[in-house]
Amino acid sequence: MPVVEVRDLTRSFGPRKAIAGVSFSLAPGECLALFGPNGAGKTTLLRVLAGLLKPSSGTALVSGIALPAGADVRSRVGLISHHTMLYEALSPRENVAFAARLYSVKDVEKRVDDSLRLMSMHDRADAPLRSLSRGMQQRVSIARAMVHGPDLVLADEPYNGLDDSGARDLTALLGQLRASGAAIIIVTHNLPEGLSLATHAAVMQHGRFVRYDRRSSVDPGSYSAIYREALTGGD
Amino acid sequence: MIDILAAVWLIARKDLAIEFRTRSAFLSAVVFALLGLVIFYYAWDPTAVSVTDLAPGVLWVIFTFSGLLGLHRSFGVETADHAIDGLLASPVSRHSIFLGKALANLIFVAAVQMIAIPALVVFYNLPLGDIAGPLIAIAVLAAIGLVAVGTLFSAMAVNTRLAELLLPMLALPFFVPIVTAAAQATSKLLSGRPVGEAGAWIKLLLAFDIVFVAACTLAYPFTVED
Repeated sequence: MPVVEVRDLTRSFGPRKAIAGVSFSLAPGECLALFGPNGAGKTTLLRVLAGLLKPSSGTALVSGIALPAGADVRSRVGLISHHTMLYEALSPRENVAFAARLYSVKDVEKRVDDSLRLMSMHDRADAPLRSLSRGMQQRVSIARAMVHGPDLVLADEPYNGLDDSGARDLTALLGQLRASGAAIIIVTHNLPEGLSLATHAAVMQHGRFVRYDRRSSVDPGSYSAIYREALTGGD
Repeated sequence: MIDILAAVWLIARKDLAIEFRTRSAFLSAVVFALLGLVIFYYAWDPTAVSVTDLAPGVLWVIFTFSGLLGLHRSFGVETADHAIDGLLASPVSRHSIFLGKALANLIFVAAVQMIAIPALVVFYNLPLGDIAGPLIAIAVLAAIGLVAVGTLFSAMAVNTRLAELLLPMLALPFFVPIVTAAAQATSKLLSGRPVGEAGAWIKLLLAFDIVFVAACTLAYPFTVED
């Protein structure tokens, strides 16, 4: 059974269609790298799949369960955003532990330690969050999103703010999640980073997939040209 | 899935931990309450208005406005880096999020009341004696109603440009019946009438609480749906 299956999905804001008939599916262990200009509908697609927005029409299934999502779907999804979704007054450990408890994670302390260690934040786990750089906060945000071992990871520009070491940690972590059977959708403007993890690639423009390919059939050079064309012709 | 009560407490505990660290809203509310008491005290002409007529109004005006300071902060802490998205994307129900927020606000308002009520008693030399218990009951009942309404409107106002103005504009009309009932019940007690005479107002407060808590809990999910 696919982890995520989307059929002719649309999402409108008033008269504007942010998503205009998108279809795709991802099996366990597959990763879709999603490229596109600003305003193409990439973030809206992730927010629909995360249960933060209701679809206007079409169907979206996560682990066979139709959206809009209830608790049973939301517990399987991990969301990484370009916003950290963290509380400044809490430490990294407290932020990740709060998320772990929201998701009813067993053995919270160990899972929190493990998540922070995977993102190389264990030695700053008790520092005030506001004392950390933006990149470090992004690492904590990623640890927060992964602490419950999601089946579907929705990563919206997750490399933003990360240094080389943080980017390597994230790539390794996403690779581990893929190997353990999680499906991943990664939105990025960085083609090499996106394609390095992907089993599928898509270019989105005006709410539609203008390209959707298996990674094995994608030549990074020609894909780069297609992406540049989408950027110049995008909104 | 964690059960509703555990989720409510988890969210309330997080909000209280943040407020305990920063103390920004609590200190503002306490200072506001104490300054309000002082200003009302010096503006008061004891030959024109008796203390038992004045004190209930002072008490509930101060609770209402100092409470708004905490209510505004309630969803403000969720907007800084879109933390609310993390809450809404989690398996916790929208109703649990609302009730957790409301519980934290109730504890916040109760903590302000624990300082403001003794200050009022001292400033106005009120004969508290036998009526302390019923007065606390009225304070708790009124706080539940104010917090339920205020938490809902805080969620609605937080994403607007004029949130600090919009919250009182939305909430204060709904506070009127609660504050009226609370002030009337307090007045009966302070003027030495039997507790039974305040019973009708206390029952009215209880009815408001049931209606407002239920209605606001059910309405909250609609404030976060796009």
